[in-house]
Amino acid sequence: MLKINNLHASIDGKEILKGLNLEVKAGEIHAIMGPNGAGKSTLASVLAGREEYEITAGSVDFDGQDLLDLSTEDRAREGLFLAFQYPVEIPGVSNVNFLRTALNEIRDYRKEEPISAKDFMALVREKSAIVELDAKLASRSVNEGFSGGEKKRNEIFQMAMLEPKLAILDETDSGLDIDALRIVANGVNTLKSADNATIVITHYQRLLDYIVPDFVHVLYDGRIVKTGPKELALELEEKGYDWIKAEFQQ
Amino acid sequence: MGYTENDLAKDLENSEYKFGFTTNIESDRAPIGLNEDIIRFISAKKEEPEWLLEYRLKALRIWMEMKEPEWAHVSYTKPDFQAISYYAAPKQSKKYESWDDVDPELKATMAKLGISMEEQQRLTGVAVDFVMDSVSVATSFKSKLMELGIIFCSFSEAVKEHPELVKQYMGSVVPVTDNFYATLNSAVFTDGSFCYIPKGVRCPMELSTYFRINEANTGQFERTLVIADEGSYVSYLEGCTAPQRDENQLHAAVVELVALKDAEIKYSTVQNWYPGDKDGVGGIFNFVTKRGICETNAKISWTQVETGSAVTWKYPSCILKGDNSVGEFYSVAVTNNYQQADTGTKMIHLGKNTKSTIISKGISAGKSHNSYRGLVQIHKNASNARNFSQCDSLLMTDECGAHTFPYIECKNSTAKIEHEATTSKIGEDQIFYCLQRGISAEKAISLIVNGYCKEVLNQLPMEFAVEAQKLLAISLEGSVG
Repeated sequence: MLKINNLHASIDGKEILKGLNLEVKAGEIHAIMGPNGAGKSTLASVLAGREEYEITAGSVDFDGQDLLDLSTEDRAREGLFLAFQYPVEIPGVSNVNFLRTALNEIRDYRKEEPISAKDFMALVREKSAIVELDAKLASRSVNEGFSGGEKKRNEIFQMAMLEPKLAILDETDSGLDIDALRIVANGVNTLKSADNATIVITHYQRLLDYIVPDFVHVLYDGRIVKTGPKELALELEEKGYDWIKAEFQQ
Repeated sequence: MGYTENDLAKDLENSEYKFGFTTNIESDRAPIGLNEDIIRFISAKKEEPEWLLEYRLKALRIWMEMKEPEWAHVSYTKPDFQAISYYAAPKQSKKYESWDDVDPELKATMAKLGISMEEQQRLTGVAVDFVMDSVSVATSFKSKLMELGIIFCSFSEAVKEHPELVKQYMGSVVPVTDNFYATLNSAVFTDGSFCYIPKGVRCPMELSTYFRINEANTGQFERTLVIADEGSYVSYLEGCTAPQRDENQLHAAVVELVALKDAEIKYSTVQNWYPGDKDGVGGIFNFVTKRGICETNAKISWTQVETGSAVTWKYPSCILKGDNSVGEFYSVAVTNNYQQADTGTKMIHLGKNTKSTIISKGISAGKSHNSYRGLVQIHKNASNARNFSQCDSLLMTDECGAHTFPYIECKNSTAKIEHEATTSKIGEDQIFYCLQRGISAEKAISLIVNGYCKEVLNQLPMEFAVEAQKLLAISLEGSVG
């Protein structure tokens, strides 16, 4: 589904991704871990299409399409979803209105009919239950006045509503208590299918107890330097990153 | 008594008068310039009674002594008052010979606003035949109103059919001497709307100038008078979202609202006058005086969405004369490219227990300047007055400006006045968040701007609100920077 080949990306003249390679197939969950400043959030931003980053080399194939050639909104419409680390607030725009607009733009792109109000509200009820998001929050402005946990659950709620092919969760677990973590993880697991894939970017092993990855990658100094099964995450939890840095210091 | 000097003067005056207009009475346009002859010409053309001619002449004489105000935070080339023609016959509204001649950009905008083809043609004056259909629609509409005793007609018609009402209330809210442009209007006003709601009647439908037959197509100097008798209610809509072009650059209207005891007037405006081209050339100047007076327990609510004109200068105001009266002002003012706006409101608290609410949302884009100027005035005997003001500015680019000039004059210690103000920018992060959910940048701005203006848009009658939302989106196209 996703094939990243030798990706180099810079911001303000500084190179952050230095030849990153990654392959994700449908039905898989990949975890990406790594020390601060390694480029994890940069990877998420670059894949989503943030214009501040300059792609200096490499390619990204998304289901047969050149991802880097698409605009941010088209990438989303093709089925790419980013659960933000710090979801922004949009006062005055209700969650419901926001999602309905998004859903209809995606449908329009796929030459489908816009969703009816009745079907939409049924979908909202169904999906908000997955993340135990109070229906009342749905009519509030996007993320306005939401607690940290509510914001993250709102991200997963949106993911449930938009049904992406590839979801990138950028440190979705940061700032969550145990219960919120469980709810978020449960939501992600419920949405998992043989046709979609998820990339989980995280610092901590804890989330991976609930969202069990097929592969764990270590991102260090702008490249994926190590790949292993889920046990690799446990090893990192135990030993930290020093041994990685020692092995791959450039 | 012999032939006195006065008699001679009168004779001369009369002969001048006769001479002044007989040569022109056949024409549809007054010659350019402004003087007593022109006023007499206009008054005669409209077959006005003597008292109204006198009203006009008095205003002209006062105006001649006045000086154009310069305190607004706007700069523009002053109109040459002697170079304007102050009268054009109403039937001259047809601007295009055929649909093909209509400016394609204008057509595109109207399509974007969701205006039906028939309406588009009506607005551009092309399908004159269509007027026949709208006459029948308007006729059935009017008969319903007549059953309830509601008078809704053109100002000129009201002068003929209901002179007592006009005489009683005209100039009672905006006196002839009020300000330079109101005085000018009092001398040369062309036409406008007149509305009277009888005691205890709740007008069952929104009154819109669209339904006035034989409406002089958006005159430069419109004069509107709305009277809600005791215990009545009316919701009045002015303007339309379609871009209105006019060779006449200056528009100086006067709107007077009278809400008698226990009455309520809701006055909504959506204004999209031609703002000039991308370099700010050729737009319309919109200098209007709007004011309402509330008697005991009465309420007046002004709601406006202003996206047009090159220069906008207006302060819809409320005089809260009666005890327990309420005044409200909800406004969204958008400026883009080189537009300038100096707008706001005045809430004058005179009676006891009066209440006013001001919600002003300014959006500046391009190189425009948007100023809010508000006055909350609590008089000595206005005990227990309450005011809440919120003026927010949204800046879309690095080159635009938002300015706020709030004035509070409080002469009574029991008053409670609250004022809040925010200035913000549409965050790039907010746009990116929307993009990442598949929403285009334009739609994102539209969503965010509408969210920002929600409090005001919610005050508009439904159909107007939908049009206003689309209008906001269009007026901000390509503005994010």
